[in-house]
Amino acid sequence: MTRGVWNLCANILELRGVTKVFKTGLTGKPVVAVDKVSFALREGEILSLLGESGSGKSTIARMILRFLKPTQGSIIYRGKDVWRLQGREVLEYYQEVQGIFQDPYSSFNPIHRVEHHLKQALRSLADGKKNFDEDNVIREAMERVGLNPQNVMGKYPHELSGGQLQRLSIARALLARPRLLVADEPVSMLDASTRVDLLNILAELRDEERMTIILIGHDLSLAYYISDTVVVLYRGSVMESGHVDEVLMRPKHPYTRLLLDSVPQLDKKWEHRMGLENGDQDYDELSKGCKFAPRCPKRFDKCEETPPLLTLGSRRVSCWLYADRQS
Amino acid sequence: MEQHTVSRTKEFLHHIRRNRKVKAGLALFAAILALAIVGPLFTPYGPLEPTGEAGRPPSLEHPLGTNTFTYDVYAQTVYGLRSSLLIGFLGGLIATVIGILIGLAAGYMGGLVDEFLMMLTNIFLVIPTLALLIVIAAYIEYRGIMIESLIIGLTSWPWTARAVRAQTLSLKNREFVLVARMSGASGLRIMVGEILPNMFSYAIMVFILQFGGAILYAVGLDFLGLGPTKGISLGLILQQAVLWNAIQLGMWWWAIPPGLIIALLLASLYTINTGMDEVLNPRLRRLE
Repeated sequence: MTRGVWNLCANILELRGVTKVFKTGLTGKPVVAVDKVSFALREGEILSLLGESGSGKSTIARMILRFLKPTQGSIIYRGKDVWRLQGREVLEYYQEVQGIFQDPYSSFNPIHRVEHHLKQALRSLADGKKNFDEDNVIREAMERVGLNPQNVMGKYPHELSGGQLQRLSIARALLARPRLLVADEPVSMLDASTRVDLLNILAELRDEERMTIILIGHDLSLAYYISDTVVVLYRGSVMESGHVDEVLMRPKHPYTRLLLDSVPQLDKKWEHRMGLENGDQDYDELSKGCKFAPRCPKRFDKCEETPPLLTLGSRRVSCWLYADRQS
Repeated sequence: MEQHTVSRTKEFLHHIRRNRKVKAGLALFAAILALAIVGPLFTPYGPLEPTGEAGRPPSLEHPLGTNTFTYDVYAQTVYGLRSSLLIGFLGGLIATVIGILIGLAAGYMGGLVDEFLMMLTNIFLVIPTLALLIVIAAYIEYRGIMIESLIIGLTSWPWTARAVRAQTLSLKNREFVLVARMSGASGLRIMVGEILPNMFSYAIMVFILQFGGAILYAVGLDFLGLGPTKGISLGLILQQAVLWNAIQLGMWWWAIPPGLIIALLLASLYTINTGMDEVLNPRLRRLE
């Protein structure tokens, strides 16, 4: 399945200590958006990056897609450092790795018809097929994501619905026949019925083509519905990661528990949410120690030091509570 | 398929037709343009052709009278208007094109390219342009209209470049540009095919402003005696009128008409500009 310069590796993608610091102006305080994040993906896996807004999940997506350069650490795709690719290798990377964004309306240039966006991808990324009929390939790609080509061909982005555009975004990304798809909140701006349709398309891609998918979002139930592994982020750091059943069904980290508790449930009244009173705590004083400590109901003295990423069975937790139980 | 583009153009034209400023400005500009095009047909004289009568007030023979050198002021004005419009058009076009190219390249490429191009822009910004124009103009022995437009165009692009750079910076991180990058589009393709078309309305406005600015600059140069060495322009008429005391000698027909036309021309351009602003920016549109 490899093309070009890529090696066969146990992990298709690996993040090693990836950090992104944004500097605001000359005098502004630097903001640490992503703080030493490490995780790995195996081929054919669906991984959900979960976290509230500001947790750095979109920044991670943009670093993987080569739009933002990590301040520290490396992102390794099949044995190659993504940020050391040069010239043609970048194009070859985009043949392998594609992305879709949250806002389908801004993913399309308003002045071009929709098929312009697909043709661009087809011309530069679809390799080895010189004599194909462009229109046919585009029609097939549209049908594959559940669109009727007759309804969308020749139209401008503003004439289509969000759901149609998001399907087109996926169609465009698929034209390169990528091995890894980074989907940054692909369904959060769509209504509930379209949501499940789109997630099913992604799940099909995984099942039929063993495509690896990074799904970014904040919806725990959607993540549970589709993913194999989850990574829970809080203020740029990994709190807990592991198999979806372990992390979401038997959460260890207090933050994961809080997240699960804030999912509205039909059989419970909206009363027992915990630890929210400290939600607006100023971030600055927390530069040392556990980032979640100010909101954590179980904090103790030890939390003033940065917790290590502990391995508990197949999962990893960043919390002092489990320091003595590491396997 | 085609009906969508048609409907967009239609919508654009609809808003133009509804906007009084654009309509008034365009009408005035069209009248001045018509005067430049057909005006010379109504006089038998050339702009620098002695008529034998000096300092005559307006008459049927000479609609705007004659000046001290026996030239027909009407002929001078209409021919001078032609060259002033040409200088405005060429100078404005050169400044707009250079400004857009430099701003686009600096904004999209960033890094060293940006540093270098912005350094160049800032140098051009702080150089006192009029002084530079005077020096350049003084060094060139033969100065035609083309040279004058070139000088003006080459010195008035920096503000445009800065503004275009700022627009490019905000557009280049929009998702559709990122998507084009993922689609394997080259930098040039993204700049020309994705970012530039989104600044089209801005480019029109810049051109209108640069057009007016170039006319004004040319008048200033002419007035200082650094205009075309041969031929005539509105600024040159004004310069001579002032130099030979037209007003003091009561020859108002020598000084007022060319000045009035310059004022009306600039007024029409700025009115079109503000009106187009309302047409192109839905938030400024008035509900009538």
